[in-house]
Amino acid sequence: MDEAKRLVELIPRLRRYARALVGERSSADDLVQDTLERAWAKLHLYRRGTDLRAWLFTVMHNVHVNRVRATRSSDPLEEEMPELAQRGTQSDALLVRDLDRAIARLPADQRAVLLLVTLEEMSYEEVARTLGIPIGTVMSRLSRAREKLRAMMLGQSPSAKLKLVK
Amino acid sequence: MNELPVSEADLQAYADGRLPEERRSAVEAWLAARPEEAERVTAYRRLAHEVRAAYETMLSDPVPARLARAASPRPQWRRMAVAAGWVVLGIAIGAPAGWHVRPERTVTQLVPDNAVIARRAAIAHATYSPEVRHPVEVGADDEQHLIAWLSKRVGVKLRAPKLEEAGMSLVGGRLLPGDNGPVAQFMYQSQNGRRLTLYVRTEASRNRETAFRYARENNVGVFYWIDREVGYALASADLSKDELLRLANLVYKKLEP
Repeated sequence: MDEAKRLVELIPRLRRYARALVGERSSADDLVQDTLERAWAKLHLYRRGTDLRAWLFTVMHNVHVNRVRATRSSDPLEEEMPELAQRGTQSDALLVRDLDRAIARLPADQRAVLLLVTLEEMSYEEVARTLGIPIGTVMSRLSRAREKLRAMMLGQSPSAKLKLVK
Repeated sequence: MNELPVSEADLQAYADGRLPEERRSAVEAWLAARPEEAERVTAYRRLAHEVRAAYETMLSDPVPARLARAASPRPQWRRMAVAAGWVVLGIAIGAPAGWHVRPERTVTQLVPDNAVIARRAAIAHATYSPEVRHPVEVGADDEQHLIAWLSKRVGVKLRAPKLEEAGMSLVGGRLLPGDNGPVAQFMYQSQNGRRLTLYVRTEASRNRETAFRYARENNVGVFYWIDREVGYALASADLSKDELLRLANLVYKKLEP
């Protein structure tokens, strides 16, 4: 079974996306594990020759949505703005932490789109298919996610810092 | 030349480097006249880069054993098969909504087609397993010849799995006429004379894969499945469904490349 081999090869990418999506390592790995198990159970629905990665991310998306629904964890409110500390100095580690937090504050729908586009570097068509949404929705969620992230990270990025630090 | 107005989607695509060549210069000209928008797009690019950098370590992080296990087929197959013979239909109903599966690949449509293999295997089992003097055409004592001959006629490289650990030894095999060409039948027998046949044929439509399914034709129980271009059906009138399932799992395992 070459699918088995490719599944194994794709684990690091699934973990990376899951980690950014759920914001915490062990629950990210739980999500990956559920995804892999479900993928095996549904492998007969996978069309050979098509993109296994996209299919896996679809499976993961569905597993994730079901889990979120089951635990009734809610998205942050659209209006909610972060109270991120404004720092004059920072290291890369702090930037990563702040970015991770800012991503976690995005509404889940927008977060998924942003991560598939930036992290997985999927085409907009692939994202639309993976999440089962129209491409127009992909574009609007991407736009909103980016603008929120930019607003949250303003003052955190080195080039913006020069302007903000007095 | 008339240029289309630059949309927000254009800007996103431009930030991602996904804008078609012919559109790029229009967007660049538009941005050149709007420094604030240009800065916004630059920020998006920088953020994308930072997001990738932030999670890059996950790609080289050692994969936990539990995930490596979850990615290997065997336990899932077994668990799935043990869960129920009819398990597949239930799974098919829960198909991911966002993924478009071609109609001909859905399990519900596969059933009538696949049920044919179960019926053929059951008939072949019922025909030859009661034979005392001529249960097979070529005996297991000439296994090499048996395999080479059947492989050549069926058109795929066949193997007769060893089932000694389940108390079944190979009696031999025979060639049968099938819907898509010649079919191979291997016969096994336990010490107390219970018989099992493995019916192997090539599948007309390739690249399919199914989980185990169970069917019963008169007294003959059949577990059948498709693995790529080969369809298998394991039949017996002498074994319980559970015993047959255990053997189907064993056969499947032994046939793994």
